Amino acid sequence: MSIRNKAYIAGAYEHPTRHAIDKSTAQLHAEVAKGALEDAGLTKDDVDAYYCAGDAPGLGGLSMVEYMGLQVQHIDTTETGGSSYVAHIGHAAAAIAAGKCNVALITLAGRPKAEGMATGTKPRNWGGDAPDNSFEFPYGSTVTNNYAMAAMRHMHEFGTTSEQLAWIKVAASHHAQHNERAAIRKVLTVEDVVNSPMIADPLHRMDCCVITDGGGALVIVSPEIAKKLERKCVRILGHGEAPKTRIGGQIDLTYTGAKWSGPKAFEEAKVTPADIDYASIYDSFTITVLETLEDLGFCEKGQGGKFVADGNLISGVGKLPFNTDGGGLCNNHPANRGGMTKVLEAVRQLRGEAHPMVQVANCKLAVAHGTGGSLGTRMGSATVILERDDA
Amino acid sequence: MSQLGPHNSAPESNVEIQPFWDATAEGKLLLKKCNGCGKIHYYPRTICPFCFSDDTVWVEASGKGTIYSYSVIRRVEVPYVMAYVTLEEGPTMMTNIIDCDMDSVRIDMPVTVSFVDTGEGNALPMFTPAT
Repeated sequence: MSIRNKAYIAGAYEHPTRHAIDKSTAQLHAEVAKGALEDAGLTKDDVDAYYCAGDAPGLGGLSMVEYMGLQVQHIDTTETGGSSYVAHIGHAAAAIAAGKCNVALITLAGRPKAEGMATGTKPRNWGGDAPDNSFEFPYGSTVTNNYAMAAMRHMHEFGTTSEQLAWIKVAASHHAQHNERAAIRKVLTVEDVVNSPMIADPLHRMDCCVITDGGGALVIVSPEIAKKLERKCVRILGHGEAPKTRIGGQIDLTYTGAKWSGPKAFEEAKVTPADIDYASIYDSFTITVLETLEDLGFCEKGQGGKFVADGNLISGVGKLPFNTDGGGLCNNHPANRGGMTKVLEAVRQLRGEAHPMVQVANCKLAVAHGTGGSLGTRMGSATVILERDDA
Repeated sequence: MSQLGPHNSAPESNVEIQPFWDATAEGKLLLKKCNGCGKIHYYPRTICPFCFSDDTVWVEASGKGTIYSYSVIRRVEVPYVMAYVTLEEGPTMMTNIIDCDMDSVRIDMPVTVSFVDTGEGNALPMFTPAT
């Protein structure tokens, strides 16, 4: 069984806030749910399945179903960090294909900025029950230094440079200048990035994503419902997901789970990376994008540095326009989880509703990729292939 | 003897890993070896993550290894070196590199274990450049 053509994205909504001091987390979830349902032309009572991840407060799915007053027959709270929402799309499509539900709502929301969270630089204590915690937290392990160690190893093995990584941020900033809600709208140069303060060698401050509040939501529907809606829907062609870990202490920081999730998604979609018009690539850090592009097959392993350089990711300039909303690097990384916003911009591109300055001409086929956890070590990877519906 | 930095803390132990942390007080780095498949893994588990055998035993590591990757954490009050060290026995472990010129740390550099007392009855296995 395949999910190809079995489900559609009918509603998509990104919360306009980037700093939600005046809103609760549950409220943000409900606001994005309302936004996505209105976008689809559906109501709360049409929803028969609900998806959320670790950012949902309280008892997660149960708390949110009660808070929003949903009556669902299917619920999935798969938690793979920032990749969760991309995985949810595949799960929702499979559930719809299996007849378990017809209208699936996926929400993400959080307020790390309002809470003053030092997302990348403060060691996070997952508690003694987490089997890895005692062997990592005592050393001052943070998000940034884990991604930094991946970048350091990639540089060591393949000669990747800080300037090449910087091009990824530069491309994101070229797009973000047109997004009035983007957290960073200044157009950056390679020099701006490599001259910004070193956070954790070899990652500079501008190799990192923004910390923002907010969220987003998606509504996934069956083909029968998609047909009835006036709103332009986006067809789901393929999905793949693959956690990657250091099994027993065997480590390779130079590749990600995208090495497995990408081929699965492309195979199901019956397309190849060469067919892709637009790519939303998870961008918690510049190195996240570089390794993912290699693993998805946009270039050979180790050639990511050359691939991203010289504006190759800038819409209208390079061969692979990416993250045209400015991505997590410049626009929005709500709840420290960028999977949702990756899908939202892919949907805008396929609907022809991206900002005119970044809209990809005749955009038919897009990939959206989510990453969770720590790059190359204990991580989630999820890929979806989406197609414009010309019907 | 080196002391814990502001980024360090004593480990939260549990019954499964208590022998590992008890051994650190005696300056021993223990690993788990599987009698089923013969492989050594890290961090230690009761059931082997390679073959799922429950016949695993503690073995003492030589304390020698090489740096697989590292990062100097700069934007904190007291900068420190995070690293993955690949042990002579095979597995790679997260650790800190200490008692060194931080700017001289390199991938593939040989290192040896050095235990830093947590003040709570155990010590964190860290590494220093081999002399």
